[in-house]
Amino acid sequence: MPSKIRDSIDEALADINDGATVMIGGFGLAGQPSELIDGLIRREAKNLTIVNNNAGNGDVGLALLIKSGFVKKIICSFPRQVDSHHFDEKYHAGEIELEVVPQGNLAERIRAAGAGIGGFFTPTGYGTLLAEGKETRVIEGKNYVLESPIHADFALIKAYKADPLGNLVYRKTARNFGPVMATAAQTTIVQVSEVVETGGLDPESVITPGIFVQRIVQVPSTNPKEQQA
Amino acid sequence: MSEKLTRAQMAERVARDIPVGSFVNLGIGIPTSVSNYLTAEQEVTLHTENGMLGMGPEAHGDEIDPDLINAGKIAVTELPGASYFHHADSFAMMRGGHLDIAVLGAFQVSAQGDLANWHTGAKDAIPAVGGAMDLAVGAKDVFVIMELTTKEGKSKLVQQVTYPVTGLGCVTRVYTEVAIFDLDHGHVTVTDLFGEASLESLRELTGIALLDGTEN
Repeated sequence: MPSKIRDSIDEALADINDGATVMIGGFGLAGQPSELIDGLIRREAKNLTIVNNNAGNGDVGLALLIKSGFVKKIICSFPRQVDSHHFDEKYHAGEIELEVVPQGNLAERIRAAGAGIGGFFTPTGYGTLLAEGKETRVIEGKNYVLESPIHADFALIKAYKADPLGNLVYRKTARNFGPVMATAAQTTIVQVSEVVETGGLDPESVITPGIFVQRIVQVPSTNPKEQQA
Repeated sequence: MSEKLTRAQMAERVARDIPVGSFVNLGIGIPTSVSNYLTAEQEVTLHTENGMLGMGPEAHGDEIDPDLINAGKIAVTELPGASYFHHADSFAMMRGGHLDIAVLGAFQVSAQGDLANWHTGAKDAIPAVGGAMDLAVGAKDVFVIMELTTKEGKSKLVQQVTYPVTGLGCVTRVYTEVAIFDLDHGHVTVTDLFGEASLESLRELTGIALLDGTEN
């Protein structure tokens, strides 16, 4: 199998075009592929739909992508935070569309897309504003809401180590959305701190099997804890 | 006559009521401080929905690792026996009925156990839900910690919630500074009273036919 390692971020992102739906991993800044996002900003693809748990923190990564004006719509669970000023500004100016999804439904809708599930009934959100207009069903006496899968053209995620086949391991709570997003996109692009040779990862420890990964870029880590490990 | 409970004492009461060996998720704010009062003997495992079981105390100084945070995005530590997992698994733990207790804050709770804690309903507010709806319907028990009244003196324990609902019929216990309430299919029982509150005064304040479950 040809190696999935790419020499540069710009090369790895070269076919992300206007109107793409892009999943971006991370919960807050943990697991956020900041360097890939910087590359996406350089790419200047417009009218993007972004899927992430949040809507950017501070002045890095996703927050800067939103500030750039390239994002038409964001699908997320928790946009409003103390340091989400770039999103807040765009939202109040009417310059960005927002779809708020309960966090577990967000994860499950992404998982469903990656697993080829056409929809699922979930108790989460039943009877709330976020289920308005959605089909409901009583199953064994309990109320459920029909939710649909979320597919993406691209997923940009961050992992800890990869081999050239795309097998991935993650680090602590930086794992978060990475494994499910990797399954739900046509093309999954991963930034990792370390690339090991094929056979260098314990098969029992692989979290994301390489079948879900198309491209890998090595980006040195700035996390001192990781460097100590 | 006892004094009204402080926030710390409310958190301490919740901690005391968590059964040995429980899997527990603590919401952001006062609920997080419940962990300060859990004892080693309780052997409680803390879940954080961003993907960890066996969460330890907040990290300080050298312990801080940007890859290890809780749902409030605060740096935390891991305890021996901790595990990490992805988001879909983390929420399956709730939805699938594996999590024993979620401790949450609230704007309002109804006598039927309906919870409102995600949205004030204000038109210009940016809606943000996070894991609140998943926790509300997923945990076997939902304990709420809140002040009983708003700044205007209105009860937050009500017949019908007026704020946008987070989950229906999910709250099983409410801890406030003046009383603890048990909720069971529309029956609300006062189990503890603090300060000068009486059953009568609370019935008047809440408009709910509160049952007397106090022992003395």
